[in-house]
Amino acid sequence: MKPGGALLEAEGLVRRYAMRRGFFGHAVEVRAVDGVSLKLERGRTLGLVGESGCGKSTTGRLVLGMEMPDAGRVSFEGATMPQPGSTAWRKLRARMQMVFQDPLGALDRRLPIATQIAEPLDIHAIGAASDRSARVEALLRAVGLRPDQGARYPHELSGGQRQRAVLARALATDPAVLVCDEPISALDVSIQAQVMNLLLDLQEQFGTSMLFVSHDLRAVRQVSHRVAVMYLGRIVEEGEPDAVLHDPAHPYTRALVSAIPHPGRTGQRMVLQGDPPNPADRPSGCAFHPRCPVANSFCAREAPVLKPRADGRLIACHVAHGEVTAGHGFTGQEAA
Amino acid sequence: MPLVSLTGLSVAFDGAPALRGIDLSVAKGEAVGLVGESGCGKSVTWLAALGLLPNKARISGSVVLDGQELIGAPPAILEKVRGGRIAMIFQDPASSLNPVHRIGKQITEALALHRNMVGQAARSEAKRLLDLVGIPDASRRLDAYPHELSGGQNQRVMIAIALAGQPELLVADEPTTALDVTIQAQILELLKDLRRHMGMTLVLISHDLGVVADSCERVAVMYAGRIVEEAPISRLFSAAAHPYTQGLLGALPPMDGPRRRLAAIPGGVPEPWAMPPGCAFAPRCAHRVAACDAGVPGLIPLAASHRVACLQVAQVAMPRESVPA
Ligand SMILES: Nc1ncnc2c1ncn2[C@@H]1O[C@H](COP(=O)(O)OP(=O)(O)O)[C@@H](O)[C@H]1O
Ligand code: SF4
Ligand SMILES: [Mg+2]
Repeated sequence: MKPGGALLEAEGLVRRYAMRRGFFGHAVEVRAVDGVSLKLERGRTLGLVGESGCGKSTTGRLVLGMEMPDAGRVSFEGATMPQPGSTAWRKLRARMQMVFQDPLGALDRRLPIATQIAEPLDIHAIGAASDRSARVEALLRAVGLRPDQGARYPHELSGGQRQRAVLARALATDPAVLVCDEPISALDVSIQAQVMNLLLDLQEQFGTSMLFVSHDLRAVRQVSHRVAVMYLGRIVEEGEPDAVLHDPAHPYTRALVSAIPHPGRTGQRMVLQGDPPNPADRPSGCAFHPRCPVANSFCAREAPVLKPRADGRLIACHVAHGEVTAGHGFTGQEAA
Repeated sequence: MPLVSLTGLSVAFDGAPALRGIDLSVAKGEAVGLVGESGCGKSVTWLAALGLLPNKARISGSVVLDGQELIGAPPAILEKVRGGRIAMIFQDPASSLNPVHRIGKQITEALALHRNMVGQAARSEAKRLLDLVGIPDASRRLDAYPHELSGGQNQRVMIAIALAGQPELLVADEPTTALDVTIQAQILELLKDLRRHMGMTLVLISHDLGVVADSCERVAVMYAGRIVEEAPISRLFSAAAHPYTQGLLGALPPMDGPRRRLAAIPGGVPEPWAMPPGCAFAPRCAHRVAACDAGVPGLIPLAASHRVACLQVAQVAMPRESVPA
């Protein structure tokens, strides 16, 4: 199938959790995802970046229907995602798979990996049992493992080989969508490169659509066709990876880009003050305003909406859209 | 004269070698990076130097600090050196701090141990240190527990405790690996400021060449318990000469230019109990010749301050762009 064209669309996703503060505190509502819309195109990859706790992983689970949103909807091939647990849902789940950060945690240490790769085929009753071993062999080869390595247990493989095994299992049902949640963060640099190359090869071979969740902008550029930057449950900027990386428009994206340590970096680094915010304590107005170097008092009152600039780049920032002039940061009260 | 020199430092656990002869000197005021993949021996190098390895570790070679041999030195000497002349901070601040003690107490303990400071003098010095490492509202924070602070703030507290002994050398072992990128940037800036203002010597251990490039003048690349290349930072990025270093650089996704396929190094690191007979990188190396398996290549000088441990260095030293994909 030719790449392009929406395969999966998410609109206005909201996910709330109740979180207790301290030992005896009241439960407070935390909006982990607060109005996220995104689109996965056929055979293409959307990169989702942001710091820990910004809602990247929750967004991934909502997109796959592993969790239901409190508001908003996900549609796949134009149809709304069926109720979790229904037959239609189970059928759809076979076409959407998730890959996690920690391959050892994702695998069962008591079973050889070939058995685990065949598992989804049994669960979803795909193909004849007699074809199983040939199918598993093909999957092992597709991810760059030797068929004889299928007999190994997870602890007998290196970190990179385990992540390959996890990918082989995810690909067993021939999924149309793959959500990869920090798939390379736990791996060494040279192994990260192997896995990134593999993801690109698999996409070319199988036309899989991917959501690549990562905190690493360089990795996102390497594998993605579009990138969305998240901050505290919302997308604050979205566009072509090169455009976003070379000319970031949102002050938060600028800080992220400037924080990438690399030898060619010139000039003063933009260092943000303070810690990533607590979702239970969402600041008023633009959630980024307490850490933003160009915020002014308007930013503390009004939340900016994500909307396109003249060149099509999506940005949620009053200053970037020229609606207010750049201030010098607005702390209001001292951050605790 | 260097501040610290490691010569032939070797460590084995249960008969399996973890370090196989490390030669490295660190000059006063310098910032040296130590890079390499997990398990290559970066941490063990400095744990061995400071006498922090478990008893089962077999250690040989020499670590000399200002004329004083540390390997095999009596515990009393090592205790004075640790946290006094050399301080070490680790990747995970939360597990290095004592969860049941207020952070003020943990800093004043270090002040009592290394500078005989007690009472109000210690408390006000502790506050000054928290200010120095950029913790807002320091006098109130002295009474906080580690779990009340964020990961980035706890790492600042660890740095404050390290500074309590007024160390000449700070060994920072993956100090930003567990932190978010914007917080990593804060900690790297803090380390730079501290060096500028206190003239402190820094050894920065990291798996990330970018982090080291950002903060250090010189870098040593480790592979399977040995240093395989040592060079000034700019030279390493423009003229890496060891196939492993070239591989590491090729594996980094570029920030700009066309998106090329990454030059992933095939295979994985050898297990300590199954070290190749010659060059440990040989099984993964595209330049390997028969001689590479005959003996372990030593570090030889290639240019000023640039040393490489590779037999094929004349064939290998080539510009980075032409590293085969
Ligand atoms: N206490 C220990 N007991 C046994 N083996 C150890 C111990 N500490 C480290 N090692 C081994 O020594 C080698 C080097 O480890 P380390 O210095 O931690 O690597 P790095 O810091 O480069 O990731 C590894 O093979 C590791 O498993
Ligand atoms: S010594 Fe031989 S095997 Fe080792 S890095 Fe050099 S060329 Fe490769
Ligand atoms: Mg280590």
